[in-house]
Amino acid sequence: MTTPSQVLTLKIDGQDVTGRADETILQVARENGIHIPTLCFLDSLSPLGACRLCLVEIKGSPRLFAACVTYIAEGMEVLTKSDRLNKYRRMIVELLFAERNHICSICVANGHCDLQDLAREMGVTYVDFPYRYPRLGVDASHERFGLDHNRCVLCMRCVRVCGEVEGAHTWDVAGRGIEAHVSADLDFPWGDSDTCTSCGKCVQVCPTGALFKKGVAAAEMVKHRSFLVRLTAMREEAE
Amino acid sequence: MTPEELEKIAAKEEQARAHIPHTIDVCLGTTCMALQSDKLKTALEQEATRHPVGSKCQVRGVGCPGLCALGPLVTVKPEGDLYKQVKPEDAHDIVNSLGAEPVARLKCDTEQPFFKRQHKIVLENSGSIDPERLEDYIAAGGYTALLKCVTEMTPAEVIDEVVRSGLRGRGGAGFPAGLKWRTVAKAAGPRKFVVCNGDEGDPGAFMDRSVMESDPHRVLEGMAIAAYAVGASEGYLYVRAEYPLAVKRLKQAINQARAHGLLGANIGGTAFTFRVEVRLGAGAFVCGEETALMASIEGKRGNPRPRPPFPAESGLWQLPTLINNVETYANIPTILRQGADWFAGIGTSKSKGTKVFALTGRVHNTGLIEVPMGITLREIIFDIGGGIPDGRVFKAVQTGGPSGGCIPEEYLDMAVDYESLASVGSIMGSGGMIVIDDTSSMVDVAKYFIEFCKSESCGKCVPCRVGTAQMHTLLELIASGEGTRHDLERLEALCDMVKSTSLCGLGQNAPNPVISTLRYFRDEYESRLAG
Ligand SMILES: Cc1cc2nc3c(=O)[nH]c(=O)nc-3n(C[C@H](O)[C@H](O)[C@H](O)COP(=O)(O)O)c2cc1C
Ligand code: SF4
Ligand code: FES
Repeated sequence: MTTPSQVLTLKIDGQDVTGRADETILQVARENGIHIPTLCFLDSLSPLGACRLCLVEIKGSPRLFAACVTYIAEGMEVLTKSDRLNKYRRMIVELLFAERNHICSICVANGHCDLQDLAREMGVTYVDFPYRYPRLGVDASHERFGLDHNRCVLCMRCVRVCGEVEGAHTWDVAGRGIEAHVSADLDFPWGDSDTCTSCGKCVQVCPTGALFKKGVAAAEMVKHRSFLVRLTAMREEAE
Repeated sequence: MTPEELEKIAAKEEQARAHIPHTIDVCLGTTCMALQSDKLKTALEQEATRHPVGSKCQVRGVGCPGLCALGPLVTVKPEGDLYKQVKPEDAHDIVNSLGAEPVARLKCDTEQPFFKRQHKIVLENSGSIDPERLEDYIAAGGYTALLKCVTEMTPAEVIDEVVRSGLRGRGGAGFPAGLKWRTVAKAAGPRKFVVCNGDEGDPGAFMDRSVMESDPHRVLEGMAIAAYAVGASEGYLYVRAEYPLAVKRLKQAINQARAHGLLGANIGGTAFTFRVEVRLGAGAFVCGEETALMASIEGKRGNPRPRPPFPAESGLWQLPTLINNVETYANIPTILRQGADWFAGIGTSKSKGTKVFALTGRVHNTGLIEVPMGITLREIIFDIGGGIPDGRVFKAVQTGGPSGGCIPEEYLDMAVDYESLASVGSIMGSGGMIVIDDTSSMVDVAKYFIEFCKSESCGKCVPCRVGTAQMHTLLELIASGEGTRHDLERLEALCDMVKSTSLCGLGQNAPNPVISTLRYFRDEYESRLAG
């Protein structure tokens, strides 16, 4: 029987590594300097397994596993890179670009955007799917921040940081499938929200320019996320 | 209630029936009700009071006898005559005919293969008992299995019996029921739950609805036996709100069973306690997926989450939870009454028992059927279903709903079981069966199912949310004659990617209708390509 603190040995990309039984493949890979692309994952938030970029192969299974939500096991052999994985990851990034209206050159987050970084990493120089060009709005009702739905990738980082760290649960998702969108309270304008504390955590964790500080121009929205790990560590200590 | 008291109720019911020479059973299932069978029932009752034989005749509402295409259906007993497409105006003639010649113009042939080729276990009471009366179910042997389990068997013995029966989950994947029960029984937790999945979101499917409407106590008995076996004392029946009649009858049945000590505290005078509640779903297909369903019961947005942990280990409120389909539970009382060996003797080597199918589409006898596993598709469609109407030609049969595939003519003689359906690119699924004739284009069929998955995707994971939307766009392009070979290649690449990378079964199976139609009807796609 394995206990959470038990140390296990496994192989990631042929490299022998060790980890605790309560660690995920992603955590162990990162500790060992092995890079796995991620988007919805953010250290200190509960893992979601939604973007599917961190999918890896595990020897002996035809299935793929999301590294951010899959716990390690003794003797596991993980492959984080393969032609198949590269192909799928590239398609995921392409699908995200085609889904909404991502126009980097005029975006506040140009140059500081996780989606852009992923595209660069995957070598996405063109998108081989029809662009959907949905007509989406911008919520500028909050006095300090804005939400541009055109740039949202539905990673749910804002939803999680707001619920799990700030404890406000202002953000959630409304609608289904391709119509799903982030919404404040019961799909109200953000500025009318009774629950929002205006802490701005959501703006910092947002991977793109979807959530931004008002008053920034193109490429000026630099995000600061180090607070999150520190805050969580301090809280854990306090407990 | 003790087994003896149960027997007393059954005997009393028998006696009461012996005093009534004639019964007229009117189907009050959703399909017949939509054809105003409730008005028909009132007309028959009025007619009966006016008529001299009236005092010797009882008009009852019953569940669905299956041949929905010819509803409203009326059965006259003891003669056993089945009347089809009965209108309130026919009430007079039917009552008059009691004890005399049957009404020829309304008669439906009960010797036809539609009835003769079926094998009813789950539906054994459907159409012959009044689902609103507990006594009817008891008279048909109901609740004896539960009382036998709690008074004579250990939980482990119950599980052994289910394992030996070979019963597999009827909700789609065909996971062995006994194995799942054993896992939940072994899981440690201060509380455990039993959940019944009555979400039934597949378009064209109405198997579970019919079971819940026609024989609600059977589902409750199955759940209670499961709860005893796995050590749970609380249960939830998750039913979509679009099934108001099923919900009403289930709630009624729960109250009746509780009042008779068949649910609630100290069942059968033992320490076993089991409480059940009905929870309504808002009709999202994805809420049939077990992790989404449990999130919904907890009051959260019905989004699936990655598994493991599986519900057996960490389900409702992170506690061990058994989740099975309506039809899976509905098999349980009969298995425990008749024995595992009896059940295992029906069907094929790996797929035991029967399966209920909702037979729809381009076939004469649309309706609800229950057939032994191992029957061929041809027997189902041409014998039971009566073949294709209007002189058209069979083209394909779609099984497994939006997660399934289209099976062409060449496999019609294949035996229906979990493995063989999977081997030709489809699935058993929950039992939807849609017959397609030569007037339909397979590209349109695929487009229809992808459109369904696209709008039912929860939107959580990228491959399903955006991938199905892109597949739909590409299929529209191809269907309109504007698609190129490159679009077709992109579509195939998406099928592979969405299938391999989606988070839950919805996305993982959404491409199946496209993959299977491409496999068997590729020329229909090719011929629509531009240039
Ligand atoms: C998108 C999706 C929809 C589903 N819908 C249903 C459903 O309506 N009814 C059902 O019993 N199972 C449904 N399932 C399967 C359930 O997740 C689960 O496997 C099943 O309830 C287990 O019961 P069983 O073992 O008795 O089949 C669905 C699965 C997926 C992925
Ligand atoms: S596969 Fe579809 S339904 Fe399932 S989690 Fe992903 S988006 Fe939701
Ligand atoms: S990072 Fe693992 S699924 Fe998004």
